[in-house]
Amino acid sequence: MSAKKKTFEDSISRLKEISDLLEDEETGLDESIKLYEEGVKLAKKCYSTLADAELKIKELKADIEKDFE
Amino acid sequence: MDLFSQYEESVLTVSEITDSVKKLIESSFSGLKIVGEISNFKAHFSGHWYFTLKDANAQISCTMWKGNNSRIFFTPQDGMKVIVNGNITVYPPRGNYQVDVKTMSVAGEGELQAAFERLKKKLSSEGLFDDEYKKEIPEFPNKIGIVTAIDSAAFKDMISVASRRFPLVEFLVASSRVQGEGAAEEITKNIQLLDSREDIDVIIIGRGGGSLEDLWAFNEEIVARAVFDCNTPIISGVGHEIDFSIADFAADLRAPTPTAAMELATPDQAEIFGFINDFSYTSTNNIISIINYHKESVGNIISSYGFRAYDSVIKSKAQNLDNIIYRIQKSTEQLIDKYNNVLEQNKNLLESHNVEKILKKGFVLVKQDEKYILRAKNFDKDKKTKLKFHDNEIKIN
Repeated sequence: MSAKKKTFEDSISRLKEISDLLEDEETGLDESIKLYEEGVKLAKKCYSTLADAELKIKELKADIEKDFE
Repeated sequence: MDLFSQYEESVLTVSEITDSVKKLIESSFSGLKIVGEISNFKAHFSGHWYFTLKDANAQISCTMWKGNNSRIFFTPQDGMKVIVNGNITVYPPRGNYQVDVKTMSVAGEGELQAAFERLKKKLSSEGLFDDEYKKEIPEFPNKIGIVTAIDSAAFKDMISVASRRFPLVEFLVASSRVQGEGAAEEITKNIQLLDSREDIDVIIIGRGGGSLEDLWAFNEEIVARAVFDCNTPIISGVGHEIDFSIADFAADLRAPTPTAAMELATPDQAEIFGFINDFSYTSTNNIISIINYHKESVGNIISSYGFRAYDSVIKSKAQNLDNIIYRIQKSTEQLIDKYNNVLEQNKNLLESHNVEKILKKGFVLVKQDEKYILRAKNFDKDKKTKLKFHDNEIKIN
């Protein structure tokens, strides 16, 4: 579960980073094209992850987790 | 002897007199209501309470047993003015009397407010509210722990806020009573329980609006301390906007309401979608302009003097080459033509030489219609005829 969080949070921050790099004039053409491809993939992934997400609710009872309806 | 026995009859043991006092007092003072200020309050680990009630001129010891004090919504504080209900009891081992308190209430709402201020001042001076201890709330929580009543409207509101804003999140709900007896203890326990887990990114404690009495659990010292000691970032959202609780001050972030707490704990997916769309738009524009920029650079290089000079060198060389090839071709053709002529002339000469030789020997060629007649049967006596001798031609007919 923690991996999923990392992926989403990391994806968003990577996307921000790519966005900045693409605005940076120092970034070369080859690098820019690679970054752009990576960014488009990431953006699609983040979009669908969030669009498909459903809230998960569990109740903590003492030390037992119970599904809450 | 008489004196002695007389004396003996009037002598009471400590136990006897205490017993008499006990009976007298306990039958005279029951069902009392006493108002006074609490001092020396002690909550024993057994669950019983011991304190003194006092006013300007007097004081009286009080006890409140666990079974009775568990029904009180607030924890008494020194200085708090309360009204207690109970009986006077005598405790023979100590020879003192005390109030056996059955119920307790604050002597007016102002007392709670005063208690609130006292605790706030105390904890503030201890540094529990200092900014330097405030932990940062994570931007993208994976799992949120919630301490509230699971069947409350506040909980439902929080869930609906979360599903609208960030449905990627998971909740672990430690359902608690949020008002009345035992609420503060349950909230405290649940904060500690959630904090002991590794997977909780942020904890929200809260409840909906109510009177100061309803919200009191969040003004209890044990709750404030649990909030302060919590290693997981904690957001407090208690009551309405105007309600401040001690827990709010101790929390890493204070939200005016439970739903506001959820808003502070979750990113807004509309913003994330906006960011993603923005990214797609601006980054596409950026990459297009980057490519165009490089295209332009390449174009500039190609049309630079160096490239053009090189090109014209090639072109003039090519032209020279073409000229040379043309000239070679031309002269070769002329040469061939010339030799062909010579050859032709020689050939004619050669042929003519052969016929001449034969004619000189006395032969004659007969010609009709400009053709040499080679056979007698082809000769036509009526036609014009030419006779070719080696020296001349003569016409006959």
